[in-house]
Amino acid sequence: MAPYDTPLASRRSFLAGAGGLVIAVALPLAGRAQSGAAAVLGGKAAETVYAPNAFIRIGTDNLVTVLIKHIEFGQGPFTGLATLVADELDADWSQIRAEHAPANAALYGNAAFGGMQGTGGSTAIAASFMVMRQAGAAARAMLVAAAAKAWGVPASGITVSKGVISHPASGRSGKFGEFAEAASALTPPENPILKTPDKFVYIGKSIPKLDTGMKSTGEAIFTLDVYREGMQTVVVEHPSKFGAIVASFDDAATRAVPGVVDVKKISDGVAVYARNSYAALKGRKALKVTWGEGGAETRSSDAIAQERMERVKQRGAVAGQQGDVDAALGSAMTTLEAEYVFPYLAHAPMEPLDVVIERSADGGVEVWMGSQIQSGDQPVIASVCGLEPTRVKLNTMLAGGSFGRRAQPTSHIAREAAEIFMAAGGQTPVKLMWTREDDIRGGYYRPLTVHRLRGGLNEAGEIVAWEQVIAGQSFLAGSPFEGMVQNGLDPTMVEGAASIPYHVPNFHCSAHIVNCPVTTLWWRSVGHTHTGYAVETFIDELLEKAGKDPVEGRLALMTDPKDARLAGVLRRVSEIAGGVSAPAGRARGVAAVESFNSFVAQIAEVSMQNGLPRVHKVWCAVDCGVAVNPEVIRAQMEGGIGYGLGAILFNELTLGEGGGVTQSNFHDYRSLRISEMPDVEVDIIASSEPPTGVGEPGVPPIGPAVANAVRRLAGKTPRRLPMIKELQA
Amino acid sequence: MKFTLGVNGEQRTVDVEPDTPLLWVLRDELRLTGTKFGCGVAQCGACTVHLNGMPRRSCVTPVESAAGQQITTIEGLKGPEADALRAAWAKFDTPQCGYCQSGQIMTAAALLAFTPKPADEDIDNALAGNICRCATYVRIRKAVKAAGEALGG
Repeated sequence: MAPYDTPLASRRSFLAGAGGLVIAVALPLAGRAQSGAAAVLGGKAAETVYAPNAFIRIGTDNLVTVLIKHIEFGQGPFTGLATLVADELDADWSQIRAEHAPANAALYGNAAFGGMQGTGGSTAIAASFMVMRQAGAAARAMLVAAAAKAWGVPASGITVSKGVISHPASGRSGKFGEFAEAASALTPPENPILKTPDKFVYIGKSIPKLDTGMKSTGEAIFTLDVYREGMQTVVVEHPSKFGAIVASFDDAATRAVPGVVDVKKISDGVAVYARNSYAALKGRKALKVTWGEGGAETRSSDAIAQERMERVKQRGAVAGQQGDVDAALGSAMTTLEAEYVFPYLAHAPMEPLDVVIERSADGGVEVWMGSQIQSGDQPVIASVCGLEPTRVKLNTMLAGGSFGRRAQPTSHIAREAAEIFMAAGGQTPVKLMWTREDDIRGGYYRPLTVHRLRGGLNEAGEIVAWEQVIAGQSFLAGSPFEGMVQNGLDPTMVEGAASIPYHVPNFHCSAHIVNCPVTTLWWRSVGHTHTGYAVETFIDELLEKAGKDPVEGRLALMTDPKDARLAGVLRRVSEIAGGVSAPAGRARGVAAVESFNSFVAQIAEVSMQNGLPRVHKVWCAVDCGVAVNPEVIRAQMEGGIGYGLGAILFNELTLGEGGGVTQSNFHDYRSLRISEMPDVEVDIIASSEPPTGVGEPGVPPIGPAVANAVRRLAGKTPRRLPMIKELQA
Repeated sequence: MKFTLGVNGEQRTVDVEPDTPLLWVLRDELRLTGTKFGCGVAQCGACTVHLNGMPRRSCVTPVESAAGQQITTIEGLKGPEADALRAAWAKFDTPQCGYCQSGQIMTAAALLAFTPKPADEDIDNALAGNICRCATYVRIRKAVKAAGEALGG
């Protein structure tokens, strides 16, 4: 997801609107075990006596629990946001715990989402940097005030370090827990004083992650691991084609399966309820559903691609322009034209979608799920259950990956869970479980997108014209995010293409929204998954045609001051890789992409083995402002490279003749494996700029970097992805 | 139907359909939830357990074929290899989302039991069946190697 507000501006307005966000918002003592992490990470609610604000609880046991407003699915907010609090609080890292915050947008809204509570667009650190530090600083000031009062000394003489409050002049010292109760009676400061960066003790250091231990022992609790008393497991037979509906079904064989309890039609299929997971799966296998395909997509993905290839022959809604591109192309000495086809992609997080829901004693409902947009999921569940949103207690759980899949503008998985719960009477606890087949065949893909590019060089080898036309689907249309679509343009389709970091005097970028019943969604780094590839391979070819070096040629065109940081990572990656020449039999390709306000450049060293690229090594330079936790940043770059590489090498989600999905599981929707993972070397630019995200920006450059190396080895840029399809065709 | 299994050193009896995959017996019946469901068709390795010391995909292992045998899950994984792996996992802060990591560690523990000081290629071969969608592979490789070295293999 992309932040289309500038985070800083909207953060200010959010803080102003929320009033007491940062201070003096005491949490109710009940209902604190918000996630499975709580049990593992500690933080007993009974011992909590001091909750100075919505983000921090301090117990008499000296444990400091930081409530994390963003879902943790590997990108690191538990550690990152807790680091910000711990630093300003001058806590000892060993006393810090983290757990997910409850669903409450007034307290935990995302400034980059206009105050909605949700995670995406690599915004967690960017939108929390000041807020979490202020929370920590306020808590520290209150603890100091309480200690000053208890000791009868001025607060100015008190110091705090590693969880110990000291008054050197009198030789007194104590721990947080001793003053927690007294501090809770004080009024929080409105403008707590923040540290200057030279005083940071954790920010900028590679603090060990809070969730590593429990993820090495099997103790981490995900949604699938939640078992409630009397709970039934439910699997749903979903439509055979996108847009199909249940016409009729025969459940006789299903009901004969031992353990199957019930079968119900819901709006998006037929639900099988069982006493255990295996009975549910067996029962679903025995189900016979007849689908109404009147409104279904029955075209193949090849036909869908063909339609979009026709559309890009004409310009669409204008995303960016300057100069006169037609005249410049007409008078160019050399022109280059290229068409790219990017397939549908499934996200395939390791944990397929799942939700647990049960009736609460007070008549509301309690829900456990890896909710990525709490402000969407909670009201949808409430609506299906006939409740006010506040009666839905939504527990955000650790999730086994997402890559965008859990951020659903339509809250479809929350809706499905609520429907199966209500369809069976709304009393029995249920666990909705998607299988890998449901995941791969269930839609919400990265949109199939086609690009057409035309470029022109003059006699001096300068790029004088650049035209780009894009055709794809908009998943924002018809969703709560519809307001982002303006003048027929979906910004998630053109981000990274509407303007490019290279100075070209005559430029035109436009796009067509071509929707169809195949459901689509943001996929890690969103539009940049395709615009980064198209722009960075096309510029590389134009520079080659002009006889220019891929690094120096790019740098010479990065003339706008806003592109200085991108130029910086490009220079740095070239330095650490030792340039772009490779040993015999190998080639190196480079790419540089700004996404989500972070800047990443990569160089990939590649050879061809059995007609496919083998990526040996990737060098990566990243500029994400203040590096809150360098090791988490490196890990996100490594992971982004692996995730992006698997997709461009192997992945496409296709519809066959008639519109059925061809793939179903990891055997035909391949994931990158450890034996295919290159070595990765990451360098982080030292910066005092405000921190920006790293969850997504590692992804966009890897595809074009590999493609540019492949072109040097195999003679052409793979333009119809995945590479396995074009290179082995 | 009743089956008795040795699970993490204890005899456990379950009453399930004979074709029930061991994965669902461990999770639904014994509540050993560290063993994960990722694909159901032995493609991803998230459900890896040890059956008589050998790594096994529990999602395609019917309970009737495991009856009377010794099963170790991530919760019961103990000993020098396990300790070395967990220390190395912490050293490199290996997990991201964490969902596949039980399976990664179970497979790695079996590798170290048979190949005490694995080379990168050994690690790649042994763990090629364990998918990590977060692509923590660089750190898994380093951690397994470091664990082998720590064991003095």
